[in-house]
Amino acid sequence: MLQFIFRRLLLVVPTFIGITLLTFFLIRLIPGDPIELLAGERGVDPARHAMLMAQMGLDQPILVQYMHYIADVLRGNLGTSISTREPVLHEFLTLFPATVELSLCATLFAIIIGLPAGILAAVKRGSVFDHSVMTISLTGYSMPIFWWALLLMLVFSVNLGWTPVSGRIDVTYWVDDVTGFMLIDSLLSDDKGAFISTLSHLILPSIVLGTIPLAVIARMTRSSMLEVLGEDYIRTARAKGLAPKRVIFIHALRNALIPVITVIGLQVGTLLAGAILTETIFAWPGVGKWLIEAIHRRDYPVVQGGILIVATLIILVNLLVDILYGVVNPRIRHNK
Amino acid sequence: MALLSIKNLTVTFGEGDNPFRAVDRISYTVDEGEVLGIVGESGSGKSVSSLSVMGLIDYPGKVKADELTFDGSDLLSLSANARRKITGDDIAMIFQDPMTSLNPCFTVGYQIVEALKVHGGGSKKELKARAIELLKQVGIPAPESRFDNYPHQLSGGMSQRMMIAMAIACNPRLLIADEPTTALDVTIQAQIIDLLVNLQKARGMGLILITHDLALVAEVAHRIVVMYAGQIVEMAPADQLFVTPRHPYTQALLRSLPEHSAGHARLQALPGVVPGKHDRPQGCLLNPRCPYATDRCRKEEPGLQPYPGNSARMVKCFYPLNDEGSPAV
Amino acid sequence: MSESTLTRNTVQANQPPSPLREFWSYFRTNKGALVGLWFIVAIMVVACLAELVAPHSPFEQFRNALLQPPVWQEGGSWEFILGTDDVGRDILTRLIYGARLSLMIGCSVVVLSLSVGIVLGLLAAYFRGVVEVAIMRLVDIMLALPSLLLAIAIVAILGPSLLNSSLAIAIVSLPHYVRLTRAAALAEISRDYVTSARVVGAGPLRLMFITLLPNCLPPLIVQATLGFSSAVLDMAALGFLGLGAQPPTPEWGSMLADALQFVQRAWWVVTFPGLMILLTVLAFNLMGDGLRDALDPKLKH
Repeated sequence: MLQFIFRRLLLVVPTFIGITLLTFFLIRLIPGDPIELLAGERGVDPARHAMLMAQMGLDQPILVQYMHYIADVLRGNLGTSISTREPVLHEFLTLFPATVELSLCATLFAIIIGLPAGILAAVKRGSVFDHSVMTISLTGYSMPIFWWALLLMLVFSVNLGWTPVSGRIDVTYWVDDVTGFMLIDSLLSDDKGAFISTLSHLILPSIVLGTIPLAVIARMTRSSMLEVLGEDYIRTARAKGLAPKRVIFIHALRNALIPVITVIGLQVGTLLAGAILTETIFAWPGVGKWLIEAIHRRDYPVVQGGILIVATLIILVNLLVDILYGVVNPRIRHNK
Repeated sequence: MALLSIKNLTVTFGEGDNPFRAVDRISYTVDEGEVLGIVGESGSGKSVSSLSVMGLIDYPGKVKADELTFDGSDLLSLSANARRKITGDDIAMIFQDPMTSLNPCFTVGYQIVEALKVHGGGSKKELKARAIELLKQVGIPAPESRFDNYPHQLSGGMSQRMMIAMAIACNPRLLIADEPTTALDVTIQAQIIDLLVNLQKARGMGLILITHDLALVAEVAHRIVVMYAGQIVEMAPADQLFVTPRHPYTQALLRSLPEHSAGHARLQALPGVVPGKHDRPQGCLLNPRCPYATDRCRKEEPGLQPYPGNSARMVKCFYPLNDEGSPAV
Repeated sequence: MSESTLTRNTVQANQPPSPLREFWSYFRTNKGALVGLWFIVAIMVVACLAELVAPHSPFEQFRNALLQPPVWQEGGSWEFILGTDDVGRDILTRLIYGARLSLMIGCSVVVLSLSVGIVLGLLAAYFRGVVEVAIMRLVDIMLALPSLLLAIAIVAILGPSLLNSSLAIAIVSLPHYVRLTRAAALAEISRDYVTSARVVGAGPLRLMFITLLPNCLPPLIVQATLGFSSAVLDMAALGFLGLGAQPPTPEWGSMLADALQFVQRAWWVVTFPGLMILLTVLAFNLMGDGLRDALDPKLKH
């Protein structure tokens, strides 16, 4: 098992190097050099320009520059934001919990609805329920979520007034920042109203962000379940006289979940991309909104650092999924 | 009274006025301690008929029968719950491909204990002890350590032994073995058959042995049922069937065996294939492939009748073969 | 007599339907796929004939009809069937021209990424070794990033515009085609017909594009259809974020973004562009599903 994990870890290294290469050259593809970028509209006089170039090591060969970049990255130095003068990593870390909180709620929403819907659709294959699940999930999969967000907002916030329009919590509440997760922090604050406010702020964004993963999970669960239900070992289980519930939930589901877990893990990418849109619409102070604003402000260190961190996170989650896959599937665990 | 009694069992797939009959009005009985061989080409409805005895035919398949009784109780009128109490307990089944018939996610020990638990139960320790005892009975070396193996760690022969252990776990009175050796190496096949027969004798079980391998049932079965396109075409005591086949199809099957065609220059094969969903002929289903077919065979369908002068034998043919192997006209 | 029956049956069985016919008969049974196909055909016709079909010019501003509701609501008129936006442009007209834009972008994105993807995938499968490792590593890295994020990063460098965002989407959809082509080509390359072509003396180019490629096409056709839908969707997302088409281009995503501030007053300015995106993407996905079922030999029998 350890060997299995180690081998997977080794495979991640080249991918990570590739990502750093990408972000390193990304910034160099932009017309104009970094000094001019930093100076912006004002411009820089040539003498000062040369001095800054030397100071930042930009006059050295590209390979050396890359080595410096890697060394910085490994030390956790991802540069400073041009607009706020804050270290990029620090900005990221303060905003990240908000994105994680939203993504987790969205994933939870997607799993709680998508998994049972997929299982039931497979068990009742060909029924009206099955057809509805398939149609709804394909619609969800095709959904432009920014529009979906607006529609939900229009109906539930504007017309019905059930949920707040944007933000993480009502402005009348003040909650101490302990963990960065508003749900936990508001619980700790002992103010019931704050917790309820936080929860109601989470509902619409979670639904919006969870829509595509929900569709993917439901479809994947259904097809995986259908495949497993046709396997010989399901017939064996039934021949033992097991109750249908036991056959479906113990014998079939365990096997059907293996690809589903992989798919849920792969949704991390979808979630982070979706977070950019969702956070922008709901004014959710998270990483996605931060990145888009940085692009509009042409704050390149933030763009560069942000993309590097997000990509690294996705790789790590995929690695985790891979390892988890090995734990669930004994055939992988025993060598091969 | 017969242990299992089937009368006019029909299994259909598909909707409409003319659904496909995978099994077509078959009747047979199995007694306690009897080995019944069911023989036929693939697609002849052997497996489907036994799955319907197990209650494992799913929608869109439909099972109909005038009688389907096990030990006097009508299986078709039982509730799904009551039916499951019999399935896996009194009637057990093993399948063709042992490698895919065991759940890859659980240890074999777990899967055997599960069978014990669902039809009886007992403490965890007891169950494990019984499971290991079963593994010993089916001839698995070092059963204690094999108990914790996953299916992919076992060979095909070993997996089939596990399947047998699981099937006999609850002391079934009837065991159905559906092509139990087809997926195994030739060297293992005889071992598995020996094991099945020894267990059958020791426990006095009824055994239905389904196979397309005539040579195999010849040695083991007491009585043999020959199926073609979902129908029974001949039923006879094993020793008689091999000497004097009464149905042209049985004759053709026997002639395709190497040991039966010693006198001929080459093996005789039956031309054509078993009719499928769309190409069922009128009259006797065998008529396009039958060398003796007459106009009557193409228009009318013969019934399964006792062979004149021998009530132990049934044959579904207008012109059953005589002792010389030619049709009685 | 019995022999003649046999021969007759064999003759019938020996005349399989033509591949195209067979494909169509499978495809036709999938109602969703048919609906998708007809929707796409309809929208293509409308997009091609935009000048003839559209009631107005997409840029003409009717100053006396700002934010006019659709015809069935109070205050609506037949002149502006789906209403007007905040500067008095006809929404139906802009939707029609938007359809033309979306289909054109989808088409060029798919053609570009498909052709480059096929070449890279075939190279990887044919030459193996270093070439394969280099190409597949690059693909892995690109797949590690969510496509929208990567597209945003590329647009961030190149600058927001319609052309740049199309290019970005083409780049990010590349990995799927490379992977599919390579996988299909690897499966085919060990077949006997390839070996025999090689023995006869076919050169690498002929082997790759004439011998191998046609046999790798089915999964690529399916992926291209699905790629079309994700191109439309990503384009709209970029437009919505202000990174794609710039105003006043009638692009569905940017139409939505422009209308954001009027959400509460005029539901129609948001609803219709989004609905068009959803329906178009859904149509392509339905068709892609149908194509996969019809082309996948595993599911056929």
